[in-house]
Amino acid sequence: MTDNALTTADEPTKKASTKKVAAKKVTAKKASSKKAPARSAIAPRNASRRAATSKEDGARLVKFYRDMMLIRRFEERAARAYTEALIGGYCHLNLGEEAAVVGLMGALRDTDYLFTNYREHGYAIMRGIDPNRAMAELYGRVDGVSKGWGGSMHMFDMSHRLLGGYGIVGGQLPLATGAALAIKYRGLDEVVMCTMGDGTANIGAFHESLNIAALWDLPVVFVVINNGLGMGTTVAKASAEPEIYKRASAYAMAAERVDGLDPQAVFDAAQRAVASARAGHPFLLEVVSERLRGHSVVDPAKYRSAEEVSHLAQFDPVPNLAARLIKEKILTAAEVHRIDEEQSALADAADAFAQSSAHPDVATLFDYNYATPVANDSRRLPGEALFVTAQRPSAEVGR
Amino acid sequence: MTMKTYRQALHDTLRAEMLRDENVFLMGEEIGVFEGSYKITAGLLAEFGEKRVKDTPIAEEGFTGAAIGAAMLGLRPVVEIMTINFSLLALDQIVNHAAKVYGMFGGQAKVPLVIRTPGGGGQQLGATHSQNIELYYAFVPGMKVVAPSTPADAKALLLAAIRDDDPVLFLENLALYNTKGEVPDDDRPAEIGKAKIAREGHDLTLIGYSRMAYIAKNVAETLAESEGLDIEVIDLMSLRPLDRETIVNSVKKTHAAVVLEDDWLTYGIGAEIAATISDGAFDYLDAPVRRVAMAEVPMPYSKVLESAAMPTNDDVVNAIFQTLEAVGRRLKKVGQSHD
Repeated sequence: MTDNALTTADEPTKKASTKKVAAKKVTAKKASSKKAPARSAIAPRNASRRAATSKEDGARLVKFYRDMMLIRRFEERAARAYTEALIGGYCHLNLGEEAAVVGLMGALRDTDYLFTNYREHGYAIMRGIDPNRAMAELYGRVDGVSKGWGGSMHMFDMSHRLLGGYGIVGGQLPLATGAALAIKYRGLDEVVMCTMGDGTANIGAFHESLNIAALWDLPVVFVVINNGLGMGTTVAKASAEPEIYKRASAYAMAAERVDGLDPQAVFDAAQRAVASARAGHPFLLEVVSERLRGHSVVDPAKYRSAEEVSHLAQFDPVPNLAARLIKEKILTAAEVHRIDEEQSALADAADAFAQSSAHPDVATLFDYNYATPVANDSRRLPGEALFVTAQRPSAEVGR
Repeated sequence: MTMKTYRQALHDTLRAEMLRDENVFLMGEEIGVFEGSYKITAGLLAEFGEKRVKDTPIAEEGFTGAAIGAAMLGLRPVVEIMTINFSLLALDQIVNHAAKVYGMFGGQAKVPLVIRTPGGGGQQLGATHSQNIELYYAFVPGMKVVAPSTPADAKALLLAAIRDDDPVLFLENLALYNTKGEVPDDDRPAEIGKAKIAREGHDLTLIGYSRMAYIAKNVAETLAESEGLDIEVIDLMSLRPLDRETIVNSVKKTHAAVVLEDDWLTYGIGAEIAATISDGAFDYLDAPVRRVAMAEVPMPYSKVLESAAMPTNDDVVNAIFQTLEAVGRRLKKVGQSHD
């Protein structure tokens, strides 16, 4: 156990016990705080008490930085395309979540599975999906990762074991549990990771899925990205127990809370969680993150106070990591700048690729009605009649 | 051929498919130790063990969704939802996930899932346990919905459903479990999406599925004996896809139709059948399409009130007579205008 597990500022005396949550199963504490900790109240920050970075960790941090910067520039490029009306539907971005994304995805093997929600562009790219194909999906083109059928919320790639972004809050939880059941059924050592937002902890499928996973010892890690806001509703206003990882105690499940702005901390915690799941002990990992923008691109987030918004920049994991890399002399400022330029170029290339990709052919509209073709499958377009109007033979009338 | 009950046909088919394919497994409430609320899975836990026969907690959304997830990885789960009423708790997983995964992700993942569940009223189970809401699922593209009325069809459609790579809602009926019939010994699956002409005739087309197809056949046989009527009976077998062609071709021949449904009339499956006949055989009709359906009330517990709310054989007979009368009146008018 490292020093990465977080405690709330108003519970300083519980720090020691909270840090052990991964080692021993969590037990519910009646006296748990009712209020969700504001990001600024989560203390102490890891950076202030971090040990010197090893060479190996340094190399990993550089990789994390490259990946975080790719997600950052990809998302910014997507936001621009959205405001230019090149992307339709909803568009939820990972801005502020980059450290969580790279830390979590870094802990998975290629053979492990990911189920996630509608805020999944970064996760898709970190699973190894070509940013070009991710961007083409946002554009609804044939080269999109879901061939233009899914859009921003529904990226899927079996070969990279991304088993979907899902647009219904919590819809992915039962599915992920079932995928873990299939793994256990076949006796494989793969793991399923299932990410969700903080609001998801309040739906019935959360309870049912965690209960089933624990009951059947399934290899699944449930990850709650707690950015403090479910759309515009704060965790404090939505969750009777705002320290979401504590919910695991209801299922005798191991759990941990980690600073989601520190990629190394997330990576370490995710490794512990994944190892636990691989040994047949499902795990609940709460990653305390930050949402730098609105719920989706079109949301101006007016429900956040000017003061709160003014503090957001200091929590931005991308420049914070850059500053650390420079301060610890792992990278020079010029190298950091070059990474930014390279990743910006990748995002621009993805956008160019998406723009040049073809729209799906309307003739393919019914291609995915069914996996097993059946008789009388409807292939009628909206304006078409079901039947050619049939005239009764006149000889028959008045039979 | 072997004579067996609808229940036994289901049981034997599940067992045979589990023996044939080790990816086939069962999930549901009380299906193992308790051997199933309606004993369809009796003995299977003892034979196949807990891995293949999974008792679940009472968590329809959770375990139905888990079955979908397992199916996405290539297993072939057969879920039992104790009655179709409880499927409402899993509606999000069935409608938003099982039915969507294949299309929404561009055909990258199949969902070879079967959800077995009985509908049916008439057991004094009251408002929340007596509904027939299969149309909720038949409404949704991506789903397949089948509804056998005989032990032989129960076997053939269950074989088809288990071997199909799409989510199939397999509708059973409490009132049919003890009905008997000859069941073929081979394992030839039915064709999903095809209706069956259960009885050929020329005077009127009587259309039903599940319990109402059973009633339709009985009424048609009775009226053949008592009135010499020659009624054609269509057993829909499949609600999605719907075999409109068979319905329309029959009505073109008989010129009259009565639709039987165990659900509520307004927006019910009968409305879709009537619209289909209007689309495909409007000019051939000699009378309006008549529907026989449940009274539009929450099902009462009282036996007297419950019986009054449910379609009976007499309701069907009356609807047939009134439709044939309307045909007669129209023929008379048509004849007069030609004079």
